[in-house]
Amino acid sequence: MFQFTRLGRAKQLGIGLTVVLAATLTVACGGSTATPASTSAAGTGTGTPAAAKATATPAAAAAGKPVEPANKADLAKLKGDIIIDGSSTVYPVTAAAAEEFRKHAKDVRISVGVSGTGGGFKKFCAGETAIQDASRPIDPAEVAACQAKGIEYIEVPVAFDGLAVVINPKNTWAACMTKAELKKLWEPEAQGKITRWNQIRPSFPDQPIKLYGPGTDSGTFDYFTQAINGKEKASRGDFQASEDDNVLVQGVSGDTNALGYFGLAYYTENKAKLQLAKVDDKGDGKCIEPSIETVKNGSYQPLSRPIFIYVKKSEAANPAVKAFVEFYLSKSFTPLVQTREVGYIALEDKTYTAIAKRFATGTVGTLFPKGAEVGATLDRYN
Amino acid sequence: MAVDVRPLPGADLFDQRLSYRKKQGNILMVMGVASILIGLGVLAILVVDILIRGLPWIDAQFFTSFDSRFAANAGVKAAVAGTAYMMFFTILVALPLGVMAALYLEEYAPDHWITSFIQINISNLAGVPSIVYGLLGLTVFVRFLELGRSVLAGSFTMALLVLPIIVVATQEALRAVPSGVRDASYGVGATKWQTIWHHVLPHALPGILTGNILAASRAIGETAPLITIGALTFVPFVPNSPLDRFTVLPIQIFNWTSKPQTEFHALAAAAIVILLAVLLLMNSLAIVLRNRAVRRRAG
Repeated sequence: MFQFTRLGRAKQLGIGLTVVLAATLTVACGGSTATPASTSAAGTGTGTPAAAKATATPAAAAAGKPVEPANKADLAKLKGDIIIDGSSTVYPVTAAAAEEFRKHAKDVRISVGVSGTGGGFKKFCAGETAIQDASRPIDPAEVAACQAKGIEYIEVPVAFDGLAVVINPKNTWAACMTKAELKKLWEPEAQGKITRWNQIRPSFPDQPIKLYGPGTDSGTFDYFTQAINGKEKASRGDFQASEDDNVLVQGVSGDTNALGYFGLAYYTENKAKLQLAKVDDKGDGKCIEPSIETVKNGSYQPLSRPIFIYVKKSEAANPAVKAFVEFYLSKSFTPLVQTREVGYIALEDKTYTAIAKRFATGTVGTLFPKGAEVGATLDRYN
Repeated sequence: MAVDVRPLPGADLFDQRLSYRKKQGNILMVMGVASILIGLGVLAILVVDILIRGLPWIDAQFFTSFDSRFAANAGVKAAVAGTAYMMFFTILVALPLGVMAALYLEEYAPDHWITSFIQINISNLAGVPSIVYGLLGLTVFVRFLELGRSVLAGSFTMALLVLPIIVVATQEALRAVPSGVRDASYGVGATKWQTIWHHVLPHALPGILTGNILAASRAIGETAPLITIGALTFVPFVPNSPLDRFTVLPIQIFNWTSKPQTEFHALAAAAIVILLAVLLLMNSLAIVLRNRAVRRRAG
């Protein structure tokens, strides 16, 4: 009898522990090989709390100085709730904006969720959220869904994101690849066929190629497949996929024959362990390396894209929401977009000004009527 | 009288090689010990690794700060508050429901096919993947009852998740009450209600509490259902009502591990240390309660 209860107990203890263990495993595996990078790549030795604490404030100031908001007294009086949800790609920018905004407006309670761009739009068009984070423009189906519910929205681009194609530092041959070569490698037809480097370009070595990429639920996967293969979600399936980009970083850094792609921020954090492959868009020998400049001026094609927030029109009248979006686009926040802690690329100042004006006049609707576009620039907002 | 010297039937199947058979036993034992060591070894490596990387980050600031994009300023205040808040309401809902259901099944339910059908289903429910409860919670609590992504919606979902565990554990505890206790109570003329309230329940209480604590320690580490019901990631405030938005420790950990900045991975380790500590505390409490019950029954 006691034996029986004890068995039952042990089993349940096991359940509880398993859950924690799974979490423990994630961190242990995701982080143990990442530790060296915190000293070598980041350079500042931020692997230890003491060092991180020492450099916390200067790091923010380094990449450009945010100005104090002009309406500080008004911000301090603001009250209210702002519910934000959507893309995990946009999350770091919006969370940083919320963190900075709350330094001035302490009584505004902002929460940011991560449901993905698609999942977020479902909630946004059901009227559940005030602001939607989106790593691509709203698509025609979502436009219809919002219209059906009478939800009007203001489209606000907030930053650029670059996708990095990365190879192992020991790789001496693939420093530049054309878009056509990437397509040959990643298109659905390549599955099981293109398995060696010299099949992509005869001058490459006769070595097996190991591929790493984000999982099929990610917006990064959607954009890469659209930009390289010409069709969203059209990709070979025989690559090592992970929703956690840190796993991809580890994979590529541990295998000379590996190639992978993910957000530029993950490369920037792991520079010492990875090598960028430059991308030649048109095959005319112009190899472009992704960087703040090349993404911002649109020369890094086709793997750079704008990211957005969508603000519900009726909420834009709410003083807290209005102040938050204005702050997001103002000089009080935009200089922080390119800092290491956020890791994205800011728009041109004049674009921010034009977008802020568009928000102030409450212009609804999208300037991307066909949804996501490859190589989209934001000139249309100027 | 002639002695029958024929060997016993089947004796030809018997192999006398004693040392060989003993060796077999020893090999099995070595394999058993190795199995335990592998399991414990992996656990030890993980825990030590987490402690080494996480402990330096745990200080007062870690508990009193909200999430931040600077690892040095980030903390678990919102996550710890959210976890505590959610667990309080989870237990508040799940404990009475689970205990009452178990009481009915053990003490009142007639022994026919409907009862055994319910019994089988409860056991099956305990094995349903947690994400299914998340989808249920999203449909029923978040959407239909319009609770939104509140503490209550999370608590109700978690309560559903742990109910089968509580029911089964409570049933085991009730079954462990010696039938003599019931018989004696009935013998002196007590009603069924008096018997349950004054004798069965007090006797089974440590077992019931143990089951509840273990159920709670399952809920505290769950992430999937909360992500499904639309749990939030950046919540720079403590919920001030059961209908407020919230985040919990496992979601905070998940968020930090997927960040590109490596110092956040260490921060996640620190949050795991907190979660592990809470879990071990709860499990030790369960063991203490159980031991007390065993001692009382023995003495």
